[in-house]
Amino acid sequence: MHIKSETAERHTLAVIVDNEPGILARIAGLFTARGYNIESLTVSEITADKAVSRITIVTSASKPMLEQIVAQLDRLVPVHTVRDLTAEGPHVERELALVKVRGTGDHRIEALRLADVYRARVVDATTSSFVFEVTGGIEKIDKFVELMGEVGLIEVARTGIVAIARGKDAA
Amino acid sequence: MKVIEKSGADILVEALCDLGVDVIFGYPGGAVLPIYDALFRSKRIRHILVRHEQAATHAAEGYARSTGKPGVVLVTSGPGATNAVTGITDALLDSIPMVVITGQVPTALIGSDAFQEADTIGITRHCTKHNYLVKDPAILGSVIHEAFHIATSGRPGPVVVDIPKDVQVATAKYQKPGPIQHKTYRPALKADRSEIEQLVDMLAAAERPIFYTGGGVINAGPAASQLLIELARVTGAPVTSTLMGLGALPATSPQWLGMLGMHGTYEANMAMNQADLIVAIGARFDDRVTGRLDAFSPNSRKVHIDIDRSSINKTVRIDLGIVADAGHAMEDMLRIWKARQHPKPDTREWWRRIEGWRAVQCLNFPKDDQVIMPQRAVRALWEATHARDPIITTEVGQHQMWAAQHFGFEKPNKWLTSGGLGTMGYGLPAAIGAQMGNPNALVIDIAGEASIQMNIQELATATQYRLPVKVFILNNEYMGMVRQWQELTYESRYAESYSDSLPDFVKLAEAYGWKGIRIEHPDQLEQGIADMLAHDGPVMVDCMVAKLANCFPMIPSGAAHTDMILQANEVSGTMDDEAKALV
Repeated sequence: MHIKSETAERHTLAVIVDNEPGILARIAGLFTARGYNIESLTVSEITADKAVSRITIVTSASKPMLEQIVAQLDRLVPVHTVRDLTAEGPHVERELALVKVRGTGDHRIEALRLADVYRARVVDATTSSFVFEVTGGIEKIDKFVELMGEVGLIEVARTGIVAIARGKDAA
Repeated sequence: MKVIEKSGADILVEALCDLGVDVIFGYPGGAVLPIYDALFRSKRIRHILVRHEQAATHAAEGYARSTGKPGVVLVTSGPGATNAVTGITDALLDSIPMVVITGQVPTALIGSDAFQEADTIGITRHCTKHNYLVKDPAILGSVIHEAFHIATSGRPGPVVVDIPKDVQVATAKYQKPGPIQHKTYRPALKADRSEIEQLVDMLAAAERPIFYTGGGVINAGPAASQLLIELARVTGAPVTSTLMGLGALPATSPQWLGMLGMHGTYEANMAMNQADLIVAIGARFDDRVTGRLDAFSPNSRKVHIDIDRSSINKTVRIDLGIVADAGHAMEDMLRIWKARQHPKPDTREWWRRIEGWRAVQCLNFPKDDQVIMPQRAVRALWEATHARDPIITTEVGQHQMWAAQHFGFEKPNKWLTSGGLGTMGYGLPAAIGAQMGNPNALVIDIAGEASIQMNIQELATATQYRLPVKVFILNNEYMGMVRQWQELTYESRYAESYSDSLPDFVKLAEAYGWKGIRIEHPDQLEQGIADMLAHDGPVMVDCMVAKLANCFPMIPSGAAHTDMILQANEVSGTMDDEAKALV
């Protein structure tokens, strides 16, 4: 007998939660306990009184499992709302990456040229290195990091996806 | 009005009193000494001292399941809390309202690996409905009220409140809060009218409808069971239920098909398989119920009423999902059904087929004059006690399934069993809790000789509080269900399933101050049960039954409802790897 796997699609969820201690553990633990997958997770307070946080989760799952993920998240006591942004329609996804690159000789010029194409900003520079700040969707950042790999990538830090629905309505 | 400050421990006790708590099951220890002192001084709440914290949780479950009120547990930090985890998980899976107060090391020592420190909040995060670590006595009162609100409303479940020792000692003001308006937790109780109307349309049009009910109907209160009876009457549809839902429809009702699922009746499973409309009420399509998913009731439309949205479409695709309390939904259904003056649908052809399945008499078992068949023992117990509306608890295994199959329940809240988690050792402490909540009831734990040993220490608790619980052991000297699976799947290689070195249960009972009775021969069965009932204190009956009897009917793991094994001669003794890998 062999273990079978199901086809999965990638979805971005916006989860509005009460900012209580342990909320992140509750959510991350729910994903591991029920065998769901987290591709990225970001969290930050979003109200002036710091009482509410917005968690953006990118997960890949089959359709029925996605429905379960939303329902299971919604069942947690401190969760206000759960929105499947991918299912609901047009939305904007952005990620920020800091990319450290070796910058000497020809590579130095090539790195700057590519950074310009990708609208990456130089946020640190030495005579032998750069740190670029680049924002965009996952694919753009993946591509930029891949190109920097050829130029002389040292390390990458990425925030994970934040996302918001297009149009006037709130999540 | 001037509110005086009180210690956290006193606030806790006062809040519990305000919430109507009259009994707590617990065990003291270093980190809850201030609370025990507050209980001692207040004298307003009865404390039942168990012999192991797991038993405190099961006793609270038994109390809750039999009374409809939340069960309350008090244990110390570290091992006190970790010992309670099994019962907390049990209550989560069976949706039992329970509040567990755990002591914690002082706030300043949290995280320092202090004596008897455990990360109770971390450990119980995923086996509770919700949990709290209270670091300020000023919010303790409101947290306790909120904990009870969450434990008892919506889909009920266990809530843990972890209270560090310094918070129990520090003082603050407490005032009884008003009705709770939680900012995020608002369980939906009533369905949209249009959904109920759609369901009524489907029911009126169905040719082969069936109600499949579960623990949610019991949790919705005794009125919900009355509504189910009425719903069955006006629609004429057959009713089956899960293990957790037994007693909602009286077993003597002609529309009752018996339990469904792995050890359900032939008629219940065949009716589910052949139905054109399944109306699931407060049941969750668990793997023990559905069998092989792709063969589960292939030609039916499925409606699912559940208070927990995540139960809908979890395993089986649903045509109409209705998020609502079972009682409210049934009330709305009946109102619309009656307002439209629907005639009783013509289900004669459907019932003709059901009667054909019933004629198989799937619960028949071989007769034997020399050894007691376990099914016969359960039926004899029913004969002798059913007029007294007994509360039956069970352990987990063959005896549990035989009890579910052969002991007919007429009312809700009379059947207490560990369904979801399947916790051996549940029955005796649950019986103690049920007896506490129902002092005049006849409470019997139908047990197996292996399970009963998992919380056998609770014999002392019953003795201490003079609780006249009865334990009726079906002793076959095997962990019978394990042995049965080994017979079905592993060619009878009985790895570790023999109950070796059993104690003499009669002497053991006597050592704890109980009456002990042994029944060894079919001729002694009725008299032994009569002797058990005649004694007004606790009694343990060691009933020696057929050693190798199996529990049938059975749908093997991974099989469809139509592939039931009805009798022992249909057992092949082997299974393929796909089936072996299923639970």
